[in-house]
Amino acid sequence: MPSITYVHPDGSRQVLDVPIGTSIMRGAILNSVDGIVAECGGEMMCATCHVYVDEPDLNRMPPQSDDEKAMLEFTASERKPNSRLSCQLVVTPEMDGVVVYLPESQV
Amino acid sequence: MAGPVVAVVGAGQAGFQAASSLRQEGFAGRVVLIGDEPGLPYQRPPLSKSYLAGESGIEELWLRPEPFYQKQEIELLTGEAATAIDRPGRSLRLASGGAIECDHVVLATGARCRALPVPGADLDGVLPLRTLVDADMLRERLVEAHDVVVVGAGFIGLEFAAVAIAAGAAVHIIEVTHQPMGRVVSAQTSRFFTEAHRRWGATISLGTGVARILGDGRSATAVETSDGRVLPGDLVLICIGVVPNAELARDAGLATDNGIVVDEYLATADPAISAIGDCANFPTRFAATGQAGGLTGHGRVRLESVQNGVDQAREVAARIAGKRVAPYDKVPWFWSDQRDLKLQIAGITVGHDQAVLRGEPESSSFSVFCFAGDRLIGVESVNRPADHIIARRLLAVSDPRLTPAQAADESYDLKAHMGRR
Repeated sequence: MPSITYVHPDGSRQVLDVPIGTSIMRGAILNSVDGIVAECGGEMMCATCHVYVDEPDLNRMPPQSDDEKAMLEFTASERKPNSRLSCQLVVTPEMDGVVVYLPESQV
Repeated sequence: MAGPVVAVVGAGQAGFQAASSLRQEGFAGRVVLIGDEPGLPYQRPPLSKSYLAGESGIEELWLRPEPFYQKQEIELLTGEAATAIDRPGRSLRLASGGAIECDHVVLATGARCRALPVPGADLDGVLPLRTLVDADMLRERLVEAHDVVVVGAGFIGLEFAAVAIAAGAAVHIIEVTHQPMGRVVSAQTSRFFTEAHRRWGATISLGTGVARILGDGRSATAVETSDGRVLPGDLVLICIGVVPNAELARDAGLATDNGIVVDEYLATADPAISAIGDCANFPTRFAATGQAGGLTGHGRVRLESVQNGVDQAREVAARIAGKRVAPYDKVPWFWSDQRDLKLQIAGITVGHDQAVLRGEPESSSFSVFCFAGDRLIGVESVNRPADHIIARRLLAVSDPRLTPAQAADESYDLKAHMGRR
């Protein structure tokens, strides 16, 4: 299973094995990672699963849809060039070792 | 654990959020979350969408996995119902016989499907859709179903119809009013979705009720309509709205009126009892009062949505945890997925007297901006997420000062308008 590293705002890290086909959001929810809220359940309605993808890993991410781009306008923490909604980041074998940073707040 | 005790009644999205937000807000007392369904708290929206279609599994429905509740010290009582609130005794009586002494009760009791009072409604194959058990049953029945009759063209009925058609069934939707989703959307949006479902292959009869459901003695075989037609139906979905679960509050002597009546802090007349989510009737500037000229600012409404449940849960949790809170004032939003159409609604468009289009319905990407007088009250967007997001921002301010002409002009930059506000 690909390993995904979630880095909290205080610098602490959680390394999880996330099954292929599961989103980085769902991986966090199923392991009770604080800092991912995901109130709409992955429907791109809420922007509460916002993450910053580690710059070198950006090219391993799927492209952004118009829905995701629009929703990223609504993040509680600052939107940056490496902002993504983790519900859209479905894990592939190529994503093994990816690092995502959790924002200060989601709501 | 010493300190105060909060009992949350109802373990749906709102109840779950209240319990977890209490911890996020630093509440250190005991938190008990009571749900009458078995199993872990789960999300309902996929039950009529991806879960029904077999595209997602149970793990994706769970709001959180089991260890979360232990870690957060949330006592989860599932398969348990609260039967009475003993206000003088400050306790909650449980169906299993016990009682929980508590300092605050949060009622997140939700709603239940309205029953269709016609002969034959108890036949096998006549089903509601609200719970996981309902969805599992429908998922199984859809495999075999030939003729599906959907009674009620609200969000749930239309979402179900879209899935049933894709599963290969013949689908007939009957709706007693002349406007599908008419309780929540404008005439334009309603018409657009009605035409879309017809294009996808559904038959739709508007202004049509159900006289009775016919069967072979055991199972449903057809639906007889109010105008005397017999529509074949081996699977009949009844989705004609919900009834709020307000009995617990009513029996405790609290006011109910289309839900549990609460104030702008979501508290009932008893400050130790709050109500949130689908069961709560609350005052809001987003509800039209029905008076000429549109909003007066103090209408009341009961909303059935994830957003409403979650945001109200956060408000109440913060208040109980001792935080200073402002009156509840979140912009309502809703969504519905029907095949390749994503409908997103910001605000409450009921009560508008002017609706203007932005974009072309023919392109399947447009928004309807709804105004009461000269004031924007809500926006319905179809496959146009950017409009939806800007609408949520516009409606959050007390007067968006957007004119109908500006809304209709696609070259008018809404984001820049927001910036100027």
